[in-house]
Amino acid sequence: MQIGIFTVGDVTPDPVNGTTVTEHERIKNTVEIAKKSDDIGLDVFATGEHHNPPFVPSSPTTTLAYIGAQTKNLILSTSTTLITTNDPVKIAEDYATLQHLVDGRMDLMLGRGNTAPVYPWFGKDITKAVELTIENYQLLRKLWDEPVVNWEGKFRTPLQNFTATPAPLDGVAPFVWHGSIRTPEVAELAAYYGDGYFANNIFWPKEHYIRLINFYRQRYAHYGHGTAEQAIVGLGGQFFMRKNSQDAVNEFRPYFDVAPVYGHGPSLEDFTSQTPLTVGSPQQVLERTLEFADFFGDYQRQLFLVDHAGLPLKTVLEQLDLLGEILPTMREEFAKRRPANVPDAPTHTARVAARVAAAVDQEVTV
Amino acid sequence: MTTRIVVISAGLGEPSTTRMLADKIAASASKALGDAQVEIVTLRDLAHEITDAGLTGFAAPRLQHVYDQVMSADALIVTVPIFKVSYPGLFKSFVDAMDSDAIVGTPVLLAATGGTARHSLAIETSLRPLFAYLQAFVVPTGVFASPHDWGSAGENALQRRIDRATGELASVLRGGGTGRSREEDIDLFSDTMLSISNPDLR
Repeated sequence: MQIGIFTVGDVTPDPVNGTTVTEHERIKNTVEIAKKSDDIGLDVFATGEHHNPPFVPSSPTTTLAYIGAQTKNLILSTSTTLITTNDPVKIAEDYATLQHLVDGRMDLMLGRGNTAPVYPWFGKDITKAVELTIENYQLLRKLWDEPVVNWEGKFRTPLQNFTATPAPLDGVAPFVWHGSIRTPEVAELAAYYGDGYFANNIFWPKEHYIRLINFYRQRYAHYGHGTAEQAIVGLGGQFFMRKNSQDAVNEFRPYFDVAPVYGHGPSLEDFTSQTPLTVGSPQQVLERTLEFADFFGDYQRQLFLVDHAGLPLKTVLEQLDLLGEILPTMREEFAKRRPANVPDAPTHTARVAARVAAAVDQEVTV
Repeated sequence: MTTRIVVISAGLGEPSTTRMLADKIAASASKALGDAQVEIVTLRDLAHEITDAGLTGFAAPRLQHVYDQVMSADALIVTVPIFKVSYPGLFKSFVDAMDSDAIVGTPVLLAATGGTARHSLAIETSLRPLFAYLQAFVVPTGVFASPHDWGSAGENALQRRIDRATGELASVLRGGGTGRSREEDIDLFSDTMLSISNPDLR
C-alpha cells in the first residue's frame, strides 16, 4: 500500500489570521510539504495542474523535479495531469525527462481537470472532452511504447516517423493512473491498458465512487490483466487531526466553513458524517481510512488532501507529523487484511524487474 | 390495426428545415410502430384558410379536413420553427381555430427547429404549456434541432434523440407507458466506448 498526499495548490486566504500567502510562498510551501512527506516516510506526493488563479501549479514537472532533487524515497506524481488540453507529445517528453531525473521515482495521474474554461485557453472544445481524453492517451501510449510513431488523429497534426525524446528510462514508460469520478470511458481506458484507476473520494459520499471502481475492476479482468481484485485502485481522502478530537473540530471549523468547494454549504458535522472527511483524533482517522478497504476492496494507493483552504504551513506540517505517528499502524493493518494475490502498487523498479522476468520466461519457453 | 399518425409541419420556408425534421421523425415513427399510416400536413399550404378561420369563426373545407384528420389521429407529431422566442403566429392561429377539446388525451411528440442552439428550451417553455392547455398527452422527449445538428458532427445525436422520442410515442400507443426508466447500465457499445479498445482504428 502506497500512502501519500495530493495537493490542489490553491492560494486561499487564511480565515483565522486574515492573511494570504503570495504565489511565491505557496510554491515554496508546497516544496516544504513534499519534503516533510518524505521525512515522515510517506510514499507519494502528487500535485494538481491548474492554469488559473487561485491555483499555482501550472507546471507540475518543474515542481516535481525540484522536489525530486531534495527527497529520497518519495514517488512524485500528479493529481491530475490534463490529458485533454496538453499536447500528448509534450506530456510524453516532460514526464519521461522527469522519470530520468528522479531515477524512475515518479508516475502520473491523467484527468480532465475541474475548470471548464481551460479548454478554450488551449484551443480545445470542452464538448469533445471524452474523445480528446481517448485520442490523446492512445497517442501518448504509442509515443512511450513504440520507438517510431506514425500517427493520425482528429485533434492534432499527424506525426510521421516521429520519436519522442528522451525514451522512457530502462525502456519502461511511467506508470499511469486515470482519475475520474463519473466518466465510464475513463474507467474503460484504464482497464483496457491495465493502468491504475483513481477516485478522488473527497467531496462526495463514498457510495458515489463505488460504481465506477467496480466497473473498472470488472473491465480490468475482462481485458485479461488479472482478476477484478487485482486491479490497481487508488483513493483520495481528507482529514484534520489533533490529539484531542474536539480540538481538531474547533480548530478546523473556521477553515471548513468558508473553504472553497464546500464552504457556506453543509455543516462540518453533516459533511464529516456523509463524506470521507474525518476531523478528529489520529485514531479516528486511522479507523475511517481502514474502512475504505472494506467498502472498495483492497487497494494500492491512498492519497490525502491536507494543505488546502488556507491552512497555514505550520499547521499542515503538524498534520503530517500526526500522520507519521499513525502511519506504521495504517500500513500494518492494510497489509494484514490484504490477500496475497492482490498486488502492490506498481513502482518503476518492480516494473523493470517484471519485464526482465517476462523476457527470461519467454526465452525458456522458446 | 394500423396506427394513424398525423404530422404537422409549421415551417414557413420552402424548402423548410422544419419539414425536413418532420420527415425524419415521421420515418423514425413508422419504423418504431411497424404498421403505421403517416400523413404529413404543411400549414404553409393552408395559410389563407387558417387566417380566414380566425376572422370568420369557421374552417373552410380543406382546413376542416385537416382538423378532422387531427381529431381522429391515434397520435400527433408537431414540428414548429422557433421565431422570436416561440412558435410562429400561423401555428398559433391554426390551434386557435381548432376545437378546444380536439386532442384531449392524444399522444403527442413535440419537435422544433431554431436558428441557434440558444432556443433549445423553447419546446419546454412555449410548446409544452400550449399542449398542457389542450390536455394532450405529450411524451417526455422533445426534439430540438439547431443548425449544428444538421452538420456531420451532430447528425447522429439528432437521430438518437428522434429515435428516443418516437420510441416513447410507440410505447405509449402500445399501452406500455413511455417504456423508459433510469439507466443504471453503462453502455459498452457506444462509438466512444468501442474506440478505446480499438486504438488503431481511427
